[in-house]
Amino acid sequence: MKPAFILAAVAALALLGFSTYEALYVAPTEALQGEVQRIFYYHVPCAWVAGLCFFFNFCASAWFLFRRNQAVDAFALASAEVGVVFCTIVLITGPLWARPVWGIWWTWDARLTTTFVLWLIYASYLILRKFATGGQGAVLGAALSIFGFADVPIVYFSIRIFRTQHPQPVIAGGENSGLEIHMLYAFLWNLLAFTILGLVIVWARYLVQRVDQAVEEAHKAAALRESAAGGAA
Amino acid sequence: MSVAPGFGTVLRMTIGKDLRMEWRSKDAINSMLFFSLLVVVIFSFSFDPTAETSREIAGGLIWTSFLFAAVVALNQTWARELRSQALDAFRVSPAPPNSLFLAKALGNMIFVTILECLMAPLFTMFYNLRALGNWKLLPVIAILGTWALVVNGTFFAAMSIRTRIRETLLPLILFPISLPALLAMVNATTAVLTGDYSPIIWIKLLTVYDVVFTTICLMLFGTVINAE
Repeated sequence: MKPAFILAAVAALALLGFSTYEALYVAPTEALQGEVQRIFYYHVPCAWVAGLCFFFNFCASAWFLFRRNQAVDAFALASAEVGVVFCTIVLITGPLWARPVWGIWWTWDARLTTTFVLWLIYASYLILRKFATGGQGAVLGAALSIFGFADVPIVYFSIRIFRTQHPQPVIAGGENSGLEIHMLYAFLWNLLAFTILGLVIVWARYLVQRVDQAVEEAHKAAALRESAAGGAA
Repeated sequence: MSVAPGFGTVLRMTIGKDLRMEWRSKDAINSMLFFSLLVVVIFSFSFDPTAETSREIAGGLIWTSFLFAAVVALNQTWARELRSQALDAFRVSPAPPNSLFLAKALGNMIFVTILECLMAPLFTMFYNLRALGNWKLLPVIAILGTWALVVNGTFFAAMSIRTRIRETLLPLILFPISLPALLAMVNATTAVLTGDYSPIIWIKLLTVYDVVFTTICLMLFGTVINAE
């Protein structure tokens, strides 16, 4: 497993270097927004990776509830953590982009608010995992993950209704009318690079979690042996 | 060997026991009442609303105070079952877990509904409220909204009671999931109070929320209560 991991990590770094070059130097400057639009090449791929991680977390959690598999649980925890990190990046780069382009840091529109609530839900998942003791954490976390996943579409629709009833000033922005071809290339390269980077980090976190689990098992086994020896003596 | 108790029996007896305990101690209802009374006072000091603005913010205010107050009742739902290992005894018994869950959720529903019935006149009085829309919808919103808080709250209380920080965890995991329900009940209530728009879509959303999460709770409760 080790060489494959190193290979993937090197590939992620190389791709990241290339895609950053594409985004900063090759892609043309956007006519209306200027240089600040280049944040798009990081913002959107990060959002994609966060969504992907949360989806992995849901799948792994559902699987864990059927088959109590420690490896699947490690994967669920790893993907939730990495998802929260990428979601945080999205929530930081978003306002940085919004301020010069929209004139405001933040607006409570459907997509922004849903992303924020998503972040809150998975942050609460991590808090639960941190404070749940022993093997319960895996089951409790998996259950919360199912709740969170069911909640996301309801959040999105409720905020859409909320915003249509309380109209906001019309906001220009987003890239609704197709990308220029070099922009598209830069974007796709970044998408690929960040996806592989995200997967590599999940993989690394997963390996660490497996070690943690093994250590915990060893502690448990040692405690059992000790109490058995104590009982015999 | 006696036969396993049925779903209805466990449900009835658990609700009966919890209501009797609450009737004798009045722990939850007193703390909830006093708590939401304080929220009424604090909000009116913080915002100093006129009759017109209070109509617009009252929906949010009422539900925020009920949400915070409900946490008090939710937290002690399972705490009393931990004493003398009553919950462990239940787990090894052949009684269906969902009957226990429904009994606890319905018990909390009763407590919070009593709180709402007592607090609603006070809110109306203190904030000079008068519904400009169809006031008959308010009980419907109250029932759907309370169930939305209580069903997930009872479930998450069962989860948080098993962690290291116990009661502290409940609001941290309950509030993010409850955000759309809170949005729906606040907007439905505001719609009725101001009469500006129709609350129907929010009532529908609350119904969907209730159905979805009641189903998930019933599907997962057995798993969570038996988690090792």
